[in-house]
Amino acid sequence: MSKDECKQVVLDIIAEIAPDEELGDVKPEVALREQLDLDSMDFLDIVMELRKKHGIEVPESEYGQLVSLDSCAEYLTPKFNALV
Amino acid sequence: MERYDVAIIGAGMSGIAAGIRLAHFGKKVCIFERHYAPGGLNSFYAKDGRKYDVGLHAMTNFADPSERRAPLNRILRQLRISRDELRLCPQKGSRVAFPGVDLRFDNDFSLFESEVDRVFPEQIDGFRKLVQAVRDFDDSEFDYPYRSARSVVRDCVSDPLLEDMIFCPLMYYGSSTEDDMDFGQFTIMFKSIFFEGFARPLDGIRNIIKVLLQRYRECGGIRKMNTGVARLETSEGKVQRLILDSGDEIQADVVLSSAGLPETFALCSPDIENDSQPQAGRLGFVESISVFERQPESFGWGDDTIVFFNANERFQYRESQDAVDLSSGVICIPNNFDYGEENLGEGVVRVTALANYDSWKSYDPELYAAKKERWRPKMWESAKRFLPESAVDWESECIAHDMFTPTTVQRYTWRDRGAIYGAPRKTKDGTTPLSNLFICGTDQGFLGIVGSMLSGIAMANAHALR
Repeated sequence: MSKDECKQVVLDIIAEIAPDEELGDVKPEVALREQLDLDSMDFLDIVMELRKKHGIEVPESEYGQLVSLDSCAEYLTPKFNALV
Repeated sequence: MERYDVAIIGAGMSGIAAGIRLAHFGKKVCIFERHYAPGGLNSFYAKDGRKYDVGLHAMTNFADPSERRAPLNRILRQLRISRDELRLCPQKGSRVAFPGVDLRFDNDFSLFESEVDRVFPEQIDGFRKLVQAVRDFDDSEFDYPYRSARSVVRDCVSDPLLEDMIFCPLMYYGSSTEDDMDFGQFTIMFKSIFFEGFARPLDGIRNIIKVLLQRYRECGGIRKMNTGVARLETSEGKVQRLILDSGDEIQADVVLSSAGLPETFALCSPDIENDSQPQAGRLGFVESISVFERQPESFGWGDDTIVFFNANERFQYRESQDAVDLSSGVICIPNNFDYGEENLGEGVVRVTALANYDSWKSYDPELYAAKKERWRPKMWESAKRFLPESAVDWESECIAHDMFTPTTVQRYTWRDRGAIYGAPRKTKDGTTPLSNLFICGTDQGFLGIVGSMLSGIAMANAHALR
């Protein structure tokens, strides 16, 4: 999995969690919370959907790694690739 | 022995919502419900071929879709349900009616504000200060300290009439405490009623429950009706086993109970060691439902959806001394929601009043029926004081009638004293002295249809999903 593919996975999850958000213009380097109206319950759901759909575990202490699409890609891509 | 990740006690709004969250994320979950019908304190039934709602006058928290943080929109996202499925229709308009004074409000807050300005012009600045305090309150943390709502309101508003008129709907919809409430709770109720507003599906609460149950089923959740939990066997600080009414034993890692706080404690065997045993709620209600062949618009009453009324100098929200307290109450006309082209078919008027549980509990079946007959016309007369002169004659035109009392609520929900709004002290974070037993629903603190769903979701998230 490439970092770009990883970003798309995260966007797909967000699309399911918050279907009324405009995701087309999301800037990868800017914090997701600043561009989208996601609350703490939504963020928890991103983590849980990663586990449910992709078997990826994100410990609570590392939730901060998911702050932006870029940081998601940095943090999650190796985890995806470790699964194969 | 059957084994689950999570056992949920109660198939009401909070239990089913919690179940959806847990099942969606792969937990093996079972909801146990003693009644044959789902819905709990907000259930539905049929009588003589007519469909009735148990608790529902209106769903509060009817926020606009653009209010992303509003509870309704949060629960729709969390449950992966679309707003359209609930088929909610907005109210036409409501009113707080005290002697000689009306304050109208609807789903647009500016109406209420302009009414306060119209009736209490010298209080408008104080009122706006109160509204700002409500907006500024951070309700995201569960553990805020108690603050008297009356004292906060009195800091802003000096006219006791306005103060009482603000509290009246918030208390009736619904407070479990007499006279006053926690300011945090006040802000939740104020937002849900005045900022957000009322709505109702054409078919009533059953439509909402149907959507929830379908979602739960799709997620693979299991539900057992006519299956009450008789006992929670505890040891080493945990629930080890659930014993059903049938005697069957169930094992679960986590138990999430919507049965109520004192009710859940009472299930535990041996008893939970606790400094103060939770008390049952003291506030009970009666409600008289009248059905007419013709629509209420022909009664000459206008479009009022809900009328919160009080006839006394000061509004008293307290356990009733008499079997029924006629000094205040709520009138609900379910026809007066904007259903578009459709309507309810028949005219329905619901009148609610505070009631004394002990009185109703003391009557044998014959006396109970006689008492209901006696109070029926009195409740109608009580409501008429706050409605325009009408052309409708109850005696000759009412074609069907039903009435519930606190004992009715107790019979079908097993809530102590039939307390619809639950115990006065809530467990805001849902925890109990037992490490795997948690509370959701009315006694966790979020009230109303949306509130209960949010409670189930929040408690499932916090205690069973991490």
